[in-house]
Amino acid sequence: MENANATPFARALRGIGAGLRSFGAPRIIIIVFLVSLWITSTLLKIPFPAVLSDSLVRLGMNAVLTLAMLPSILSGTSLYFGLPLGIICGLLGGVMSIELDLRGFEAFFGAVAMSLPLAVLVGWGYGWLLNRVKGSEMTVGTYIGFGFVSLMSFGWVTLPFHHPEMAWAIGKGIRVTISLEGRFSGVLNNLWSFDILGVRVPTGALAFSALCCLLVWLFFRSRSGLAMKSAGMSPKFAEASGINVNRMRIRGTILSTVLGAVGILVYSQGFGFLQLYQAPMYMGFIAAASILIGGATLKTGRISHVIIGTFLFHSILVVALPVANTVSQLGSLAEISRSVVSNGIILYALAQKGGAE
Amino acid sequence: MSHDANPHGTAGTKGAVRRFFTNNLVTLVFLFIGIAGLRVSGLALPFFIVDIVDRVARNGFLVLALIIPVLAGLGLNFAIVLGAMAGQATIIFMTHWGIGGIWGILLCMAISFPIALALGVLTGRLLNKARGKEMITTLILGFFANGIYQLVFLILVGTLIPMKNETLVLSSGVGIRTTIDLTDGLKFGLDDLLRIPLPLFAILCGAAVLGSFPVRSVLRKRALAAREKTPLRDGVLALTGLFLAGWGIKNLVVESMYSFIRVPAGTFLVLGALCLFILFFTRTKLGQDMRTVGQDRHVAEVSGIDTDRIRITAMVMSTVLAAWGQIIFLQNLGTFSTYGSHEQVGMFAIAALLIGGASVAKATIGQAVVGLFLFHTMFIVSPLAGRALFGDAQLGEYFRSFVAYGIIGLSLALHSWKKHMQQKQGAGG
Repeated sequence: MENANATPFARALRGIGAGLRSFGAPRIIIIVFLVSLWITSTLLKIPFPAVLSDSLVRLGMNAVLTLAMLPSILSGTSLYFGLPLGIICGLLGGVMSIELDLRGFEAFFGAVAMSLPLAVLVGWGYGWLLNRVKGSEMTVGTYIGFGFVSLMSFGWVTLPFHHPEMAWAIGKGIRVTISLEGRFSGVLNNLWSFDILGVRVPTGALAFSALCCLLVWLFFRSRSGLAMKSAGMSPKFAEASGINVNRMRIRGTILSTVLGAVGILVYSQGFGFLQLYQAPMYMGFIAAASILIGGATLKTGRISHVIIGTFLFHSILVVALPVANTVSQLGSLAEISRSVVSNGIILYALAQKGGAE
Repeated sequence: MSHDANPHGTAGTKGAVRRFFTNNLVTLVFLFIGIAGLRVSGLALPFFIVDIVDRVARNGFLVLALIIPVLAGLGLNFAIVLGAMAGQATIIFMTHWGIGGIWGILLCMAISFPIALALGVLTGRLLNKARGKEMITTLILGFFANGIYQLVFLILVGTLIPMKNETLVLSSGVGIRTTIDLTDGLKFGLDDLLRIPLPLFAILCGAAVLGSFPVRSVLRKRALAAREKTPLRDGVLALTGLFLAGWGIKNLVVESMYSFIRVPAGTFLVLGALCLFILFFTRTKLGQDMRTVGQDRHVAEVSGIDTDRIRITAMVMSTVLAAWGQIIFLQNLGTFSTYGSHEQVGMFAIAALLIGGASVAKATIGQAVVGLFLFHTMFIVSPLAGRALFGDAQLGEYFRSFVAYGIIGLSLALHSWKKHMQQKQGAGG
């Protein structure tokens, strides 16, 4: 032990320094920012329990969407900017469940069940494409995602959905936002929810997200999951040890797409609406920023990064809005800071050494 | 890759035709879509011509601003959005000070220069840190910069930055209005400098196209490596030139409704000057160094080129050109949406360039010009065609944005696929 004769205090300091460094500057800035926002909000007499409730609700709504980044990162295809693909599969499931007139849990799980085969199919095709564009997965993915959103805008108008809750009163196609009231709005958020110290805990949504995280965690401890991880970490080494790297990348992409589909349904039940047309376009960037804030990089990530990142990022959004509204009459400030924070964090990750070269 | 050494020698005309089709597949598909869309939309030709000439004048500079980063191996520069923002910022100053006309435009260009220069240096430095991920970085940088831009003009103006101007600032006293009218200001500042009738313009264009043949043959002789011969493309070009000149002369002699269309020749002169500048630049030492860096960074470094510096220079040039391009764009449009005009600049310019047949690694002036015409043809006809085909203009607009996004995604995918296959072949043989 070379540190044996250093004082415990110095050792502790050094330990903290090393810990902070591995924790990463952006995360520290984000946490400081969040805490200062919290302090400001209490000074402005915005009830803190309400803020925390909203943070928990947002965590439950967004955790699965952020989780969708993880298999993609670990299987070596970098940030999953093709997330709109998964989201659209989920939305199709949701729309079909309304068309079939399902309600409550039946509607939610029916939507999940119907979106899964679509997501597997789309994920497989997308994974196949990503194998052909190694090195530029993120750029191609972004534009494939954008293109798919535009294509489906076409689809929402022309696909044969006729349920009166969704159709426009006049004209063709279904509405831009579809209310889930009486369908599956809040089915998870209100399940087993309880109040503690004025904070409302959406137990069902949190439990469902935790279940998804657990399944992914278990998967990455299975034989197939470990193979996928090593394919992502060092493809050449994995290839040499007999792993089919391309197949692993496709599997990772399928898993990400499926999680995206499930994620948007969890999100929609919390939000109370299905948002169609252009709405899914930028959701991929928010999920990417969340996991990066949590501490993931373009090549590594953990479940803890998903949870911490989602909580931090969405807590900032939740508290920034009322604070901004109280400080000035500028509602757009919150939206602007969301954009600056999320894109800034992605830029930071891109400018780090290593990554997807 | 030696089997590719002599692809042009013995294949003959049949081979040449086939090669022309495979090399220009994207362009030809869009040529077809454009013509079909024009027929379906039922748009009268004179209206279409007025619109397309205007749009090419408006967007040309921005598309050309993309060429230099491609040369330097940085790929398609989505961050021309930053340049566009610099241009818009100076337009806001000009409108505030009430300076208009051609002097306003020139002053605008002068003031936007240092801003765009600084932004270009920053972008270049960032890209040197994000090697191999340049395109996604410029894309996200555009979104990021948009946030900063909004912060400055929506929040800081009126709070930290004092500004008193009722026509520009929102009634609350904070933030710039969402649309700014440039009438009585910079509107048509450049366009109105010189307007000529369309037939005369067509004759001049035809003359320029035909005149380019002797110039190019001289350049070709001087170039060290023998350039590939492209009889088919030359033929198409010559026919286009002759057609333009003939059509112009006919309409000049027999007065028709085309004679009343007045083309902003000043703007086209500026565009032509930029094309000449790019041609000239690629032949300078700096341009050649850029090309070397773009082809192989390691070779460039071994031969003593400061690659980081070259890459920054390329980004600076692109950003400055984009700033000027946005100024030209907005003076033609006449009104601008403070928080929206720049957002899709990068995407539309890139889609236009790609439709012209460019790729991540190669982009020429010819491709930019062809792409501009085809992309904007689609832009004009797709809402009308959508209404005619589906009874809904909105569907045409969805189709339009699908094509813009899809063409970028697809051609990026095709490009890296090709590269991937080449690497595989290289490793195999």
